[in-house]
Formats: sequence, structure tokens, C-alpha cells
Amino acid sequence: MSKIKAENVNVYYGSKQALFDVSIDIAEKEVTALIGPSGCGKSTFLRCLNRMNDVIEICRVEGSIKMDNLELNSRKLDVVRLRENVGMVFQKPNPFPKTIYENVAYGPTIHGIAQSKEEMDQIVETSLKKAALWNEVKDRLDEIGTGLSGGQQQRLCIARAISVSPEVILMDEPCSALDPIATAQIEELIDDLKKEVTIVIVTHSMSQAARVSQKTGFFHLGKLIEFGPTDKIFKNPDNQQTQDYITGRFG
Amino acid sequence: MNLILVTFIILLAFTSYYFGRKKALVIQSSQRLTALPKFYGYYLAAWCAAPALIIFALWSVFEPSIVKTFILQDYTDQNLTKNELQLIYTKVKALAAGTYTGDITNFLDESANKYIQLKGIANSAKVAIILAILIFSLSFAYRSVQKNDRMREPVEIFLKWVLFVASLGAVLVTIGIVFSLLFEAIRFFQAVKIFDFIFGTHWYPAKTFVRDGQPDPELMKDAFGAVPLFAGTFFIAFIAMCVAIPIGLLSGIYLSEYAGRGIRKYAKPIIEILAGIPTVVYGFFAALTVGPFVKEIGNAMGLEVSAESALAAGAVMGVMIIPFISSLSDDVMTAVPQNLRDGSYAMGATKSETVKKVIFPAALPGIVGSILLAVSRAVGETMIVVMASGLAANLTMNPLESTSTITAQIVVILIGDQQFGDPKTQSAFALGISLFIVTLLLNVIALSVVKKYREKYE
Repeated sequence: MSKIKAENVNVYYGSKQALFDVSIDIAEKEVTALIGPSGCGKSTFLRCLNRMNDVIEICRVEGSIKMDNLELNSRKLDVVRLRENVGMVFQKPNPFPKTIYENVAYGPTIHGIAQSKEEMDQIVETSLKKAALWNEVKDRLDEIGTGLSGGQQQRLCIARAISVSPEVILMDEPCSALDPIATAQIEELIDDLKKEVTIVIVTHSMSQAARVSQKTGFFHLGKLIEFGPTDKIFKNPDNQQTQDYITGRFG
Repeated sequence: MNLILVTFIILLAFTSYYFGRKKALVIQSSQRLTALPKFYGYYLAAWCAAPALIIFALWSVFEPSIVKTFILQDYTDQNLTKNELQLIYTKVKALAAGTYTGDITNFLDESANKYIQLKGIANSAKVAIILAILIFSLSFAYRSVQKNDRMREPVEIFLKWVLFVASLGAVLVTIGIVFSLLFEAIRFFQAVKIFDFIFGTHWYPAKTFVRDGQPDPELMKDAFGAVPLFAGTFFIAFIAMCVAIPIGLLSGIYLSEYAGRGIRKYAKPIIEILAGIPTVVYGFFAALTVGPFVKEIGNAMGLEVSAESALAAGAVMGVMIIPFISSLSDDVMTAVPQNLRDGSYAMGATKSETVKKVIFPAALPGIVGSILLAVSRAVGETMIVVMASGLAANLTMNPLESTSTITAQIVVILIGDQQFGDPKTQSAFALGISLFIVTLLLNVIALSVVKKYREKYE
């Protein structure tokens, strides 16, 4: 079942066009991987899905992106509600310089989700458990989040993202700053999370895309070259460019 | 003469730089250079200028006192006091320069001739010695250039010492200023008890003035109580901060988080122009525009308002401080990493929530530092207070009355003719050192807070 349907998305940074007529169907409760060489527009596309491009002054998005039939690329859209539903995890772990507890409680607080202290404690605990971080930090929830290791920080950011129970989580190269062990933990986590949420992940690592995703899209020079089941893309792609990229001939 | 000599040394140093570089290129044709050719030039230039200039400086410092000793030797048998000897020496110098108008005694005439003679000898000796040093050091340096010695290290060491001397100079001057304050302050505290100074509530130094004689110690006790001045200083600084902190912080937040690139480009320099306005201009703005304005408004509301109210001075001082706070807090908030903002926006936080919950707390130490720097600036501000807040040291907490500050009192005490050794004059130094201690403490706290903030993100 389709969760997000993008049609003819064009993105411009000032006069420079970064995405050309991208159309893609993202299925519900699946992991969709976006791969491609640096500067190919995959992160730009990802940022369209929660309107993070609004932060960039010179960025302009055209085309239609629908989530459950709600037009995302519209002036009338309530961006705050959208981002409550579409969480994001960034390339570099970016916990706030606050305590671990406050980091996770951030989203529920600003959206007024928890009615009482007990409820908030419950949300923080569930989120940290889902992010596979609870056992490591349960005794030091009042320590500063930036004091954790890189992998723990990234899992804290994932806990922060899932604290508001989003329907979609966007991940922008979530493991590129992490070591192999932390990467394996995050990948395992992605596998667990997809039972409940739709995940779109941008990654530079093709093996990671092959391991975690069900669908893969290959971007090159701002165009979506090929999109399909991960097995097919990696084993028997239709497009020669995809074939070349997968086999490491460029990129 | 001195000017010619120094110019000559400097010109020679420039010449030897080019000469050294040329020489290096010649050496290059036959053997490998030990450094870039310009280092050969620097080496020669440094050896040319540094020894000669150092000797020149030392000579200029010591020559006058040596000449003075020689002249005054002839007067040692006359049992004169130090001041009388000084007077004689001044006369001799004036006579030698042809500007003396008093009675010329034979003895004085003789001394003047001797003075001219000594000066002549000293001058020729100076020129001779410096030329000798130039020749010696240049030939020494030239020999090592010829031998193609290592050139880079000596030049680097020389530069290190130049930088060291410059910073040493700055430090010594600071220490000198502190000590001159300290010694005068100590003399003041010999006349007035430190307890009376710190805890006394009456500041009225003029009443200790007694023509030809020591003032009554009972009067002294009650004339130098600094409490009204400290109170006035902090009161006016407080009013200033009440104006500056909200406006400065809010405009800093606007500039760093809300303003588009276009607005920021123009707004920031315009706000910083406020910091470039001379304080005298703020002073008469406060005294002639804001003061009467406040008085009129107060009178219209039926309040008793002094034309030189603390409110007017404090408000204008606050305006002066706005750019400090807005510019510094803008800088520290801009320095908060973009990925924290992204993290907050991606959670669905609005701009104001992001500022309130993420940016501001992360930047808080830097903001506190900027506020403390601004406070120390407000405490030390002089001109606005002198012009707009009156000079009578009232102990008051009413912003509509006039009050005075430490800085304003120092000005009052030291303008015009003063008598050194008078407690009234010395009290300025005591005030100065207490002001210095206060601002020093504020600066130390501010800097350590700012430093702590830096550690967080590096």
C-alpha cells in the first residue's frame, strides 16, 4: 500500500535545479532506500518529505507530494503537524545539549502529548526501549545527551524521533558517522521499527541498502534513474547506469 | 639629529634586506640555500637594525640623567635640597637653550656652557658608537650569510623576541598603571580610614579643603564615604541594563534566527554604528534631550523630577550598550550548530520554541558573558554620567533624582588645579582602584563563562 506518492517533483536552489521530475511511490511499513553518488539529490528529495527545505531560504519545490492523499507541497499545510507525523534522523547525531530525558521528552512536550509526569516517563521509557538504548542509559537519564558515544547519540536521536509516534521516519545517512558495531545496531533497529513505521533511508553504503531495504531508488544527477524492489535493483537492474553504479564502476 | 640617525638605521636595514636577498641568489648558483632567499634579507636587516636601535634607545634613556649628575656635581658643596637642585638644573637647561629670562650669575653661565659642551660630546659619542655597532653587526651578519649558515631559525627566534617584547610592554604598562593607582590609594588610606571610605554614607570631599594647613581629622572622617557613589554607580548601571538587556537580547535573537539575509546584512552594521558614536555625543543627547524630556513628562504627571535624573543618564547609557549585547548574543546564537536547529525543526518545533528551548539555552553561557561585559562597560562609563546625571552624591534609590557615580566623581576631583598630597586628590585614586577591582572581577567572570561555553562545542 502506498504511503507517500511523489509526482514530478522539481527542486531549485536559486537558479540551479537540483531535482528533475522525480516520481516515486513509497510503500507503507517498508524500508525504502535511496542510493546514488554525492550531490545526486537524494537528500534533497528526502528533505521534501518533511518540508525541511523550508529552512533553506533559496530553495523552491515544485510538483506534488501526497501522504495519505494529503498534499505536502502546499502553502496551506501545517508544517508542525506534518513533522509530528514524519520524523527525521540526521547524518551527524545531533542530540540537544540537554539531559537524555529532556532530549526524548522534547517532542512530546512541544506537541502536548503527555498529560502527566507519569505519562511522560512512560513515553521516554518506551521510546528509549524501542531505540534499544534503555538498558544502557536507564540509570543516568539526567546526564547530558551529548556525553554519550556516537552510536548511543544516534540511537538517542532515533528515540527522540519515535517519541511522538510518527508514521514515517526519514533517515539521512544515519550511520555515516558511526563505527561498524554501532551501524549494525542501528540497522537491527531499523528492521524492528519497520513493523510500525514507514522508513525512508538515504545511504551511501550499497551493502546497507541491500541489507535493510525492501525497495531501492537510484538517483543520479538529480534524476530518479531506477526504482524497484531491492533484490531486482541489486541483482538485475534494467538500467545500464544503475548496473554500473551497483558494480562500483562509478560514484 | 636623533631623527636623522633613526631614519638612517631604518634605511640601512631596508637596503641590507635587498642586499641579503641578492646575495642569497648569488649563493644559490653555487650551493644549496639553507632557507628561502628572503630569510637572508631578514637576517641581515635584523642584525642591522636591532642592536643599533636597542643601544640608541638605552642611550636616550640614560643620557639626560648622566648629564644632570655631571652638572649638579658642581653644586654638591652648597647643601641644597633636592627641589632646589632641580630648579637650578632647569635654569641651566633654559639658559643653554636661550630661553632663560632671569638674572644670570657667573656660576650659572659656567654651568650652561658646560651643559652645552657635555651635550655636544654626548651627541658625537652617540653617533660614533652607533656607527661602530652598525659596522660591527652588519659585518658579523654578512660573514654568516657568506658562509651560508642556517638562516631561518635565527630569523624565527628574532621574530619571537620582537613579539615577546611587544607583549611584555603591554603587560608592564598595565602593571605600572595598577601600581600608580595603588600607591596613591594607599597614601589616601593613611589619611582616611578604609572603613570610613567603604562604609561611610557621606561623600563631600570639598568640605575638607582648608587653606594652608591640615584639615580637621573629624571632618575627614565624614567626607569620604563612598557608599553613595557605589550605590549611584550600580543604580545607573542597573537602569542601563534594564534598557539594554531586553532590547539587545531580543534584537540579537531576531538577527540570528528570524532576519533574512538581506535584513541582517543592513541591520547588523546599523546597530553596530550605535557602538561607534562617541560617548560625549550620548552625553549631550542625555543632558539636553532626554533629561528635559523626562522632566517634562514627570512634571506633567505631577512628579518632582530633577533635570539631571538618574533615569535619563541610565536610559541613554542603556542605548549605548545595546549593540554590545545584541551583537555578541547574535554571534553566540549564530555559532550554535545548524544541526541542532534542524533537529528541533524536524521534531515539529516552531521557530520560537526552537529559540526558547534549544538555541537560547545552548547559547546562554555566551549570552551571560556578553551581559557581564556590558555591565562592566556600564559601570566604567563616564561621560554620559558627568554630563547628564549631576555631580552631587545623593544616596537615593529614586530614579527621578540626580545621583553621581564613581567615574563622575573622579572627573570632578581631577579637573582643574589640584594639590597632590591632598586627601581630596588622592581619593580619586582610591575610587579608581575600587572601580578597577569591580570591573576586573566582572571581566574575569565574563571571560571564564565564555570559555566554558567554548569548551562545550569543541
